Amino acid sequence: MAMPVSGELAQLGKSVVIKGELSGSEDLYVDGQVEGSITLKGNNLTVGPNGQVKANVEAKGVVVQGKLEGNIHASDRVELRKAASVTGDVTTQRISIEEGAYLKGKVDIQKLEGKPEAKAAPAK
Amino acid sequence: MASVVQNFMKLFRGSSGGSETTTPAQASQKLTRRSSGLGEAARSWDTEQTLCILDLGATSAANIRYFTERGHKIYSEDLLTASTEPSLITKDDQGNTVLDSRRFLADNLVYPAAHFDVVLCWNLPDYLDESLVKPVVGRLWSVLKPGGMLLAFFHTRDAGPDSPCYRFHIISPDTLEMQRIVLRKETRRGQTGAVPTAVSDGFRLQRVFNNRHIENLFRDFISIKFFLARDNVREVLVGR
Repeated sequence: MAMPVSGELAQLGKSVVIKGELSGSEDLYVDGQVEGSITLKGNNLTVGPNGQVKANVEAKGVVVQGKLEGNIHASDRVELRKAASVTGDVTTQRISIEEGAYLKGKVDIQKLEGKPEAKAAPAK
Repeated sequence: MASVVQNFMKLFRGSSGGSETTTPAQASQKLTRRSSGLGEAARSWDTEQTLCILDLGATSAANIRYFTERGHKIYSEDLLTASTEPSLITKDDQGNTVLDSRRFLADNLVYPAAHFDVVLCWNLPDYLDESLVKPVVGRLWSVLKPGGMLLAFFHTRDAGPDSPCYRFHIISPDTLEMQRIVLRKETRRGQTGAVPTAVSDGFRLQRVFNNRHIENLFRDFISIKFFLARDNVREVLVGR
């Protein structure tokens, strides 16, 4: 299941290398290298199959197809696809992990106040 | 103990060409098994208290879901995959190729002392490289809380050297779903790599522990309970 795109989408191709703080108010697709931090409050981050991210990430939703080293704080959901490699703690309401994905870290499922208890989604 | 273990390893290495491949159908097939050890351990996590649980098997969404639904904190760390890191390969005093356990423990199992209530080892000790087994068990002792428990599975000799390595998904307090592990391309090392006895697409059984070996391995723990299963697996629940 693809992360729903909310509004515009910015893309960083696989030859792009960025070091520093990355923030924005649109969805972001990273297929290159990012080192630092990524803040997309209310928007989604997708790390593409060639993406290599070394950053703490704060976003609404995070989809990882490549490699991510850093803590993920997603207010909605996290998806780890089959080739994903994540090293860091994950804090989210919902998480789905495909078979073959690699995760090293703590998973903290946070319940949203006023809504039924959030659950980790099953593997696909 | 070491010589006995090495003999088993020789036996196993000699009896297989290491050319077995897993078909996609085998890899996706899921087997269900009852687990008395898991059932006994499950009594401890049926509690209002928030427990800290460490899952050392291949990443399992089912296990994450199982524990987070019950309000527990779960940490996932796939030690077997981590042990395939090529930079761990080194030589010992006799010039034998081994894995650098100090380096391995500098990068893995890095947690505060007495942090976890439960550690799920699954079949890790049977498939982990010889040079890492004792150091890893020592580290697990230190990160477990006093009164905490560790669940591990060991093959009996009857299981045979080509016993596939599985990932374990908890589907009920005493039932597991097992799925054969297929290594990703980047973790397939072949004969010269970090997993010397790995078959082409999966981890290979490194040795068979008998009861005395297991007791010796966990000698610093205060209690040990054995459960013999029908599928040539000995389940062990160890108390810290």
